[in-house]
Amino acid sequence: MKIAVCVKQVPDTTSVRRLDPATNRLDRSGEGAINATDINAVEEALRIKEAHGGEVVVVSLGPAKALDSLRKALAMGADRALLVSDEAAAGSDLVATSYALAKALERENADLVLFGQQSSDSDGAVLWSAVADRLRRPLVSQVADLGIDGATVTGKRQTEFGYDVITAPLPAIVAVSDAINEPRYPSLKGIMGAKSKPAETLSLADIGVEPERAGTRGSRTTVLALAPPPPKGDQVKIEDDGSAAEQLVDWLVGRKLL
Amino acid sequence: MSTLVFLEHHGGVIQKGALGVLARALALGGDVAGVVVGHGVADAAASAGAFGATTVYVVDDPAFEAPLPQPRVDALEAVVAASGAENILFASSVLSADIAAGLSARLDAGLNWDVTDVRIEGGQLIGKRPALGDTVLVDVGWTSTPRIALVRSGAFEPVETGGSATLHDVAVTLQDFSTAAQIVEQAHEQASGPSIEDADVIVAGGRGLGTADGFRLAEELAAALGGAVAATRAVVDAGWYPYATQVGQTGKSVSPKLYIALGISGAIQHKVGMQNSGVIVAINKDPNAPIFDFADFGVVGDLNQVAPKLAELVRARTA
Repeated sequence: MKIAVCVKQVPDTTSVRRLDPATNRLDRSGEGAINATDINAVEEALRIKEAHGGEVVVVSLGPAKALDSLRKALAMGADRALLVSDEAAAGSDLVATSYALAKALERENADLVLFGQQSSDSDGAVLWSAVADRLRRPLVSQVADLGIDGATVTGKRQTEFGYDVITAPLPAIVAVSDAINEPRYPSLKGIMGAKSKPAETLSLADIGVEPERAGTRGSRTTVLALAPPPPKGDQVKIEDDGSAAEQLVDWLVGRKLL
Repeated sequence: MSTLVFLEHHGGVIQKGALGVLARALALGGDVAGVVVGHGVADAAASAGAFGATTVYVVDDPAFEAPLPQPRVDALEAVVAASGAENILFASSVLSADIAAGLSARLDAGLNWDVTDVRIEGGQLIGKRPALGDTVLVDVGWTSTPRIALVRSGAFEPVETGGSATLHDVAVTLQDFSTAAQIVEQAHEQASGPSIEDADVIVAGGRGLGTADGFRLAEELAAALGGAVAATRAVVDAGWYPYATQVGQTGKSVSPKLYIALGISGAIQHKVGMQNSGVIVAINKDPNAPIFDFADFGVVGDLNQVAPKLAELVRARTA
């Protein structure tokens, strides 16, 4: 069983995140971290490998330093990393990103491709479905419980209305929810070992992405303008000194909510 | 400009969010049509007429019985071809997000998500999108036709106009991979007690309630306020409270006048389900909980102290 896990390096959510007004793009110059919910996908891949054997390869698109985030997945136990890094890919939207990622995944030809639930920088939860369509493979998303039986994957999908249990033949694309597992922490041995694991960086040309299908040229959406958010109104935050309930009631009465 | 609105339905009922997007599309002007995909959905499709849809495309086939996204990408591709729609709007949901993204790849059509408004300026469609934890407001555009948008849940209210819809059946050829995934079991809970989607007041509980028993605090406060009780995904997963009360990305989206969050940290997956509430009150012992960034009134304190006292004061006022 070969499993590819798609991971993204995002700006550290504890730092100040901003869009660069010069380019209207996310400022990625600061500290980067592996997107939190992608770690659940890496963990799930490792568990499947432990149960069924095989190989786990982590795949990413991003700047050269995204390799640091891939190393974290290697430290957890993934076998190999593939980073597609190219200046020409900067500013890619869903159309361009899904095209490039599908090309990278075609090259890997994994039995199972896993995604995490949502990227913390773009708040997107869309990439897996676009990639599944490009690869013409079945998709199961929002999976809170995943099983593999022979050549069939079974996922418990969370929706607004309850659970749907969905089966799909391999090869398939699965997007897991962060409810699926509690990821392990890399061991010291894992961290040391990650340094010697294979980590390959490829250009867009290496994976067969035409220049006109990447970056701004390959994108079909655009950022027109940035503005500060509307004022939220006066936010009140108090520490309870025994009178918080009274203060809250007065405040609610003032707003005619009581 | 011609606009197609995906009318998601569940149990024969068009979802409120989709009808809200329909109302917004009608307000923008131009040709507006709805699309309903499913099996035995003629009545559901016709019901959109009362919300202003004069044209509804219907894809009705047993292959669309299960609420799965990939066959619906095939259906939307066919309807876009038949209708010549330039804009395709979805109310965000677990199902619709997968359909919109698959369609974006299929048609190489731009997709903007988490859009809170759309307008037409100089003949161009422009979307408004709060980003980076709502710290910046972005105007987004499209360089393709068609243009696809996923609208943040609860952004628009449905408008009942009266009227009737003309239904147009569209035949669809399914891709081989689109029907490979199949639903083998559905576990949908019926809500007991007041529906959180219709409640004016919601008291929601998270991990900070400590145990399933802790929900008695939420229930007591909700009873005093005449409201409904909701829960985060974490506590529903832990079995503390029923699935039907779950608010967030994989749960319900709610917009009550008052939302009181007890022991909820405010992760993005929860926030997306309740950020359209009129007033948000948060009680949490962690002063750094993200929920305080978007709560109108935050109390840093022990909810075991604050919540019962609040319920008592409310009861005293309404007695």
